[in-house]
Amino acid sequence: MTTAQRRQLPIGTAILGVLILIGLIVAGYRYANGIGAISNLSDGRPWGLWISFDLYCGVALAAGGFVLAATVYLFHLKKYYPIIRSAILTAFLGYLLVVFALLVDLGQPWRIWHALIYWNLHSPLFEVAWCVMLYTAVLALEFSPAVFERLNLQIPIRIIRRIQIPLVVTGVVLSTMHQSSLGSMLLMMPDKLNRLWYTPILPILFLLSAISVGLAMTIVESSLSSRSFGHHVHLDILAGLGRAIPYVLGLYLVVKLGDVLIAGEIGLIFSQGVHSVLWLVEVLGGVVAPIILFSLPRVRQSPRALFWSAVIVVLGLVLNRFNVSWLSLAGRPGIGYAPHWMEFAITVGLLSGGIMVFMLANRYLSIAHHAPAESG
Amino acid sequence: MIRGVLVDLGRCMGCRSCQVACKAWNDNTNEITVCLGCYDNPPRFSADTWSLIRFDEVAEGDQLHWVFSKLQCMHCEHPGCVAACPVGALEKTPQGPVIYHDERCIGCRYCQVACPFHVPTFQWDRPVPFIRKCTFCADRVSQGIEPACVKACPTDALAFGEREELLVEARKRVLARPEKYVDHIYGEKEAGGTSWLYISPVPFEMLGFIAHGAVKMGFPTLGPERVDKFASVAMSVVPPWILAATATLSGLYWFTKRREKGLQARREAQARKDGQAGHEEEA
Repeated sequence: MTTAQRRQLPIGTAILGVLILIGLIVAGYRYANGIGAISNLSDGRPWGLWISFDLYCGVALAAGGFVLAATVYLFHLKKYYPIIRSAILTAFLGYLLVVFALLVDLGQPWRIWHALIYWNLHSPLFEVAWCVMLYTAVLALEFSPAVFERLNLQIPIRIIRRIQIPLVVTGVVLSTMHQSSLGSMLLMMPDKLNRLWYTPILPILFLLSAISVGLAMTIVESSLSSRSFGHHVHLDILAGLGRAIPYVLGLYLVVKLGDVLIAGEIGLIFSQGVHSVLWLVEVLGGVVAPIILFSLPRVRQSPRALFWSAVIVVLGLVLNRFNVSWLSLAGRPGIGYAPHWMEFAITVGLLSGGIMVFMLANRYLSIAHHAPAESG
Repeated sequence: MIRGVLVDLGRCMGCRSCQVACKAWNDNTNEITVCLGCYDNPPRFSADTWSLIRFDEVAEGDQLHWVFSKLQCMHCEHPGCVAACPVGALEKTPQGPVIYHDERCIGCRYCQVACPFHVPTFQWDRPVPFIRKCTFCADRVSQGIEPACVKACPTDALAFGEREELLVEARKRVLARPEKYVDHIYGEKEAGGTSWLYISPVPFEMLGFIAHGAVKMGFPTLGPERVDKFASVAMSVVPPWILAATATLSGLYWFTKRREKGLQARREAQARKDGQAGHEEEA
């Protein structure tokens, strides 16, 4: 590590610390005075930034965890072993962010466990609640060997290794359910979600876009940590992930466009004003452009090009989730919404906490350079 | 039998007795409001105002209609809020009212988002918040008594009864005086039907959420499908999906592992053969 890096780190850490502190103070203010005191949410717009970014984007951006787990443990593509732990850590932190965001967004977060005892099998949000709880637990177990290694506890490691495959299968099944159920949630609003996005196959579109962003997010996060922590990730690994993206995104594009065509709604692409613009930016910028980019060998041979192309996929997904859960989901007519600065403070504080933990984990745990464990 | 209320906008004179009776029966406090340049006060539901009168001057040709609309929860036949609530805090009772169980609610506000009529409200200013909305006076209705608002109405603009009979009555009134009423029973089909039904002298499309520059509660234009139609399909697919996905992934694991083993065995065999060939050559 160079001296420059040594000096940089504490400043970054200090900034993160301040942002976390601001978030905590705002959260404290919210628990004393209610959600209305720190947000611009209202009966006309009951969901806002926290649901759109922290929940909808947070879950999707954590998709790298299940995609990589399936690739390595279930499909036996051993090449990707070196980045599995990092992907699982990212997913675990993503899910923790979702849980912590819900502790602010829910009116009565101390009842977050109610879904365990009060069941409504008709509610997509019931499915979401169970998936969040179970998959966060699975991710904790999947990541736990990194902590046990540090503590030199051999017995728990052996236990985890023994149940690894059932654990991974459970995690992947839960992820497919969870990613798609976030789409099912929107099916309840046929009159509010713009018709360009509303379709009975929203759950399928959500799953496909989650898989593609899982690959992209893994590229982004591996590139960033290889730059920040000096882990050298083989270009071959990232290029391999990049090669898969056009297939998944391509399938997503075919299904999404096919659905609009079959529904006879292709004309809406140009007739919905600002929504048409949002849809076009999302599809052309966030789907078509990366399909082309990742198809170019030149892009796949350059770490920088790979990184930025993956960033485009991530931004396209963020725009999609914002569109369906906010920008093109109508509230009460006439009621506007722009997030309060304290809503941003909560989200930024949570993100800072996630980054801080990611840095600490990379410093104190063996994330990148651990020897491949005996495969199950 | 499902109970309902028929609201006859042609009979309402805008006295707000219903609004006051609702506050009184439910112990809801008053609100400090500001004048919006119209009679609506307050113009929108809140956690303390579950029922209100909306005032419209609607010009049709050379005719001017003063229309007073009593608004509250519609008590859907297939409520989006009930389907949406993850913890079953909302319930459609057999008598018609859609009621809310304080003790279950986690405050996720999905009911608000899922309601096609934008009805449920949330206690934004409280550290321990609940959802609030018209209860159709379920406590009274379960005893066979009409809701407080119906009891208070002096002009019979509100009629409480069996939903099916109210539909017959509504049709009768519309047919008897086609010059007075538009041919539309709002709530008969909207979003799969609602327990509360409306007939009106003006098209309901003219009673939207934004009128005379004010943002009010209104009558959204809705199709006849229940809002949870596709969501319930998606939820019914979940159990088979769990089985199919688990089986497929386990199968893929087994298949790729076998292939891996096969490849490895072949590689080893090849290596041995190469080794032997090498020895033979040496020999």
